[in-house]
Amino acid sequence: MNVDSLEQGIVIDHIQAGKSMEIYKIMQLGKLDCSVAIIKNAKSKKSGKKDIIKIEHTTDVDFDVLGFIDPNITVNIIRDGKIAEKKHMHMPQQVVNVVQCKNPRCITSVEQELPHVFKLVDGDKYRCIYCEEEYRPGKSKKGRHF
Amino acid sequence: MKHLIDPMDLSVEEIDGILDLAKKIIASPKDYAHKCQGKKLATLFYEPSTRTRLSFEAAMWELGGSVLGFSSADASSAAKGESVADTVRTVSCYADIIAMRHPKEGAAKVASLYSKIPVINAGDGGHQHPTQTLTDLLTIRSLKGRLGTMTLGLCGDLKFGRTVHSLIRALMRYENVEFYLISPQELKVPEYIREAMRQKNIVFHEVERLETVIGELDILYMTRVQRERFFNEEDYIRLRDSYILDMEKMALAKKDMIVMHPLPRVNEISVEVDKDPRAKYFDQVLYGKYVRMALMMTMLEV
Repeated sequence: MNVDSLEQGIVIDHIQAGKSMEIYKIMQLGKLDCSVAIIKNAKSKKSGKKDIIKIEHTTDVDFDVLGFIDPNITVNIIRDGKIAEKKHMHMPQQVVNVVQCKNPRCITSVEQELPHVFKLVDGDKYRCIYCEEEYRPGKSKKGRHF
Repeated sequence: MKHLIDPMDLSVEEIDGILDLAKKIIASPKDYAHKCQGKKLATLFYEPSTRTRLSFEAAMWELGGSVLGFSSADASSAAKGESVADTVRTVSCYADIIAMRHPKEGAAKVASLYSKIPVINAGDGGHQHPTQTLTDLLTIRSLKGRLGTMTLGLCGDLKFGRTVHSLIRALMRYENVEFYLISPQELKVPEYIREAMRQKNIVFHEVERLETVIGELDILYMTRVQRERFFNEEDYIRLRDSYILDMEKMALAKKDMIVMHPLPRVNEISVEVDKDPRAKYFDQVLYGKYVRMALMMTMLEV
């Protein structure tokens, strides 16, 4: 895969520097059969440094999950080597089974079949709907579960 | 159908309605002796409790209803690994309302998502305990005649005490309530509570010693400070006596101050204080029964 250009696929751009591996894990990009390139600490006019993820062939990603991780991300959909569409992310109202609640006292720690649901509160943070523990990036116990 | 999981689920108007009804019940309990005839309360207590479970059960009996349930996880199918969801689905077939206590945070929320009948959170770990908040509000309103315009001191473990957090959040919605938050540095109220008070321009003071501020208070709400919560022995020794309420400190308090405590009390209030007419923690227990009567009537719409 040529990391400079894609014929078909998506470019997840403007990822906050250092966050690309979190996205890689949560979105389980390691399970994809296609080429995935992670570019860390690329130069950015806006923020000095940024990460970029390029995924070849597929355009089927969960935009809610990307918005949950970082709403400043932009996604370019590439067709025939050109940007066919540019999508801006927003913070979804809730995410289900994207991350797990890390509070060891939460009911989800003992009842494994419960969906892990985080709801957007106060416009900028996510809380577990059961125990109200705030989601803090990088501290989740496990990655995405389907 | 409505559940009660978090004290903030209730609007000020709804709280006032429940407290008004409780007041009527206190004035004339006989008029309410058959209000819940034919209704059944299921008490699902996955961990031990003295006051809360008995208070719920007494409340339902006094309304003419009946009670079924279990008082420990070992006495239910939870011991076989049954989930909260399946338990409440089953109990929904037998009862009209559920009061549930569970050691895990969010368990009552799970119950409310799967139950066909109203669920009351009777305590979910260290998370929420809304009927304690209602009890506290009824006690304050009954004994002080109001819920606003007062100076309230909260003393002890303000970091981990769920009753303290809920009471502050509930009273912040009333006018002119000033708080004295009396605790060691290690046990100060969490930052999100302080931030919420600042946003609403609530006047609050954080102090370490009870004796320096007790004279300012209309209400003193005591909680227990556990030795193991201190980071170092030196601070514990320096401060421990400040969090024990005795007659010496009561002598510094206003004549009409009231002392409250969610109980169980261990040694943070000397037994000598029990005889002081300002000690109201056992009255608080009685108000707890009445407020649960009013709550269940409201939720059952009877």
